[in-house]
Amino acid sequence: MFLRKNTTLLTILLLSSLIISLATSISAQETVKVGVLHTLTGPNAPSGLHNVDGCLFAIDIINGEYPDLAIDLAQTAGLPNLNGAKIEPIVANSQGEPEFGAAEAERLITLSGVCAIQGAQLSGVTKTASIVAERYRTPFITACSTSPGLTERGFKYFFRTTPTDATFSENFMVFIKDLNKEKNANIKTIGYISANNEWGVGTGAAVVKAAERYGFSVVSNIKWPEGTADLDSEVLTLKRENPDILFAAILDADILLFTSTAKKLDYNPPVFAGFGGGFFTSIDRLAGDNEHYMTRDVFSLDLLDQIPLLNKVNQMYKESYNREFNGDSIRSFTAMMTLADAINRAGSTDKEAIRQALAETNIPADQLIVTWEGVKFDEKGQNMLGRGIVRQMLDGEYKTVWPFEVATAEIVFPMANWSEK
Amino acid sequence: MNLAVIFQAIINGISIGFVYSIVALGLTLIWGTMRIINFAHGDFLMMGMYATFWIFMLIKIDPLLSCLLIVMPVSFGAGLLYYRVILKHILKREVITQILATFGVGIILQSIAMFFWKPDYRIIRGNILSGTFRFVGISIGIPQFVTSIICIIAMLALFYFLNRTKTGLAIRATTLNKEAAALVGINIENIYYLVVGIGISLVGLAGNLLTNYYYVFPNVGMSFALFAYVIIVLGGLGSVKGALAGGLILGIVTSLTGAFLNPAFKYIAVFLVYLMVVVIKPEGLGGR
Repeated sequence: MFLRKNTTLLTILLLSSLIISLATSISAQETVKVGVLHTLTGPNAPSGLHNVDGCLFAIDIINGEYPDLAIDLAQTAGLPNLNGAKIEPIVANSQGEPEFGAAEAERLITLSGVCAIQGAQLSGVTKTASIVAERYRTPFITACSTSPGLTERGFKYFFRTTPTDATFSENFMVFIKDLNKEKNANIKTIGYISANNEWGVGTGAAVVKAAERYGFSVVSNIKWPEGTADLDSEVLTLKRENPDILFAAILDADILLFTSTAKKLDYNPPVFAGFGGGFFTSIDRLAGDNEHYMTRDVFSLDLLDQIPLLNKVNQMYKESYNREFNGDSIRSFTAMMTLADAINRAGSTDKEAIRQALAETNIPADQLIVTWEGVKFDEKGQNMLGRGIVRQMLDGEYKTVWPFEVATAEIVFPMANWSEK
Repeated sequence: MNLAVIFQAIINGISIGFVYSIVALGLTLIWGTMRIINFAHGDFLMMGMYATFWIFMLIKIDPLLSCLLIVMPVSFGAGLLYYRVILKHILKREVITQILATFGVGIILQSIAMFFWKPDYRIIRGNILSGTFRFVGISIGIPQFVTSIICIIAMLALFYFLNRTKTGLAIRATTLNKEAAALVGINIENIYYLVVGIGISLVGLAGNLLTNYYYVFPNVGMSFALFAYVIIVLGGLGSVKGALAGGLILGIVTSLTGAFLNPAFKYIAVFLVYLMVVVIKPEGLGGR
């Protein structure tokens, strides 16, 4: 009776409270929820944990006040255009499986109410998780998933800061050309190995394409079933086909298995160069067997002197996390800073506004701690200004060996035989 | 075609085949006697590997020494416990219950490993069995070679036990007809305890040997277990000789296919062989 008699009054009251809450939502809101989706368990957890650390560290800087740090968002606590609202990370575990990644992305969006997601490290997981994000029109930014196909899907809400394996493949071809020219390496044939996962297959295709463009012959293109128990036949095939340079997009398990098998079968590639992954995360366990291995990277600790901002931020990271940046954590840091910059420019947690702001991103090189020319996305959501370097394991430490003009150590070619290591 | 490459591929296949056989042996023994497929088998392998790893890291006992003195006896004990706590209660239950129960044990073991030791890959260094020896262009890893020898010894020992000892004959009798075995005074319950103990100790042995040259992590058992299931069907459920043959066939087929066709097809070849055997001889190579 009361409700029927007072419907108009109630409606006015409800509408007023809605309007007031909307108007004050930003000032009342203390946090901006952002999903952080990575692999926290399973064989790829080491890389996932580095990603999470880089991300959380970026959030710490954004939420804190560091006026002596030459990063815009570090000057004040929180996001200045959102009345100092702090970023609240909601960390989720994809378990390294595409279906779990998709499920967690959905949970982050629908239950946790995140306005954007940073993830998911493994290209296979990023692929499915970003499909969910696209369906829910939620911006999804990836830091480390380098499979080129991810930005070929025509998605509006998907952005990638890291150079892709297509970029790195091009970088590697130029590297070979330089090696042939400067060091008389005479490299003509290429081999490629990986597991038959999203990353491995995508990178393989990029290597083959780049090799063709630069006039190299791909004599080995070997993929094995993920989780394989042995690589004897693969290494035997490589021994037979004997490429001048062997590229690999392999993770922890496979690099350990490949190394022990190559050692056992006395297979000595003249150059063994990777696309990150296990080349970073298995350093300790390879214990000297990886001497002279090379990998593409986006940064190197031996560049600290060349980038003062990197030096300072790396020191802070080391104090908080007891280790220095690596390729995973630094890219994750950069992606989160990029996302935060977009949210700040959007001035709200409205997903479409964030998406628009991401599309308009133009972060100059001096705001970054990586050796890129900046962050600016093309119409496919790919950062056009990223680039890679080549590092080689020398005396137990990765050192920058290419481009030669920024190299901090002399490249060793060919790789020492197993008996010499 | 280079003969050295062919021989290398065959030797590689044989060495990994022996490991698969030992893993499958325990599985087929349990199935043959109790008609239960142990879906936690791979996870017991994983536990055997972790046990070997931590014994090496913490008390500096090499895997070669800890194998007979520690890992196998402890695995045997774990098998007895496994039977007592789980298998005994699902013996007469429906197949689906048995599958879920053993699968559940596997999940528990994996979760324990993940909780205590995280997903990191562990590998031992400085163990006795390391290095490679080469002759006439063929490389044989010393860990793999010794592993193969130990597997052969273990299989011969098991074969002798099952065929030449009273207890072994009692196990075989139970496998053939447990009611008749009970009628002649064989204690079936004790047989079951023994079989599970032996089965798990064999997989513990496999884990110990693998740790010499393979990395340890919580999901490591899955790959080997999958092949073990294929092998016991290929070789004949309950057949010890079949498990050996199946393991070697699987190892050699994958190795030769990978070396001469395409590594991407190596497991396709295995399953093609498996399907052929199932069609031509459904009871398996060693089955009756």
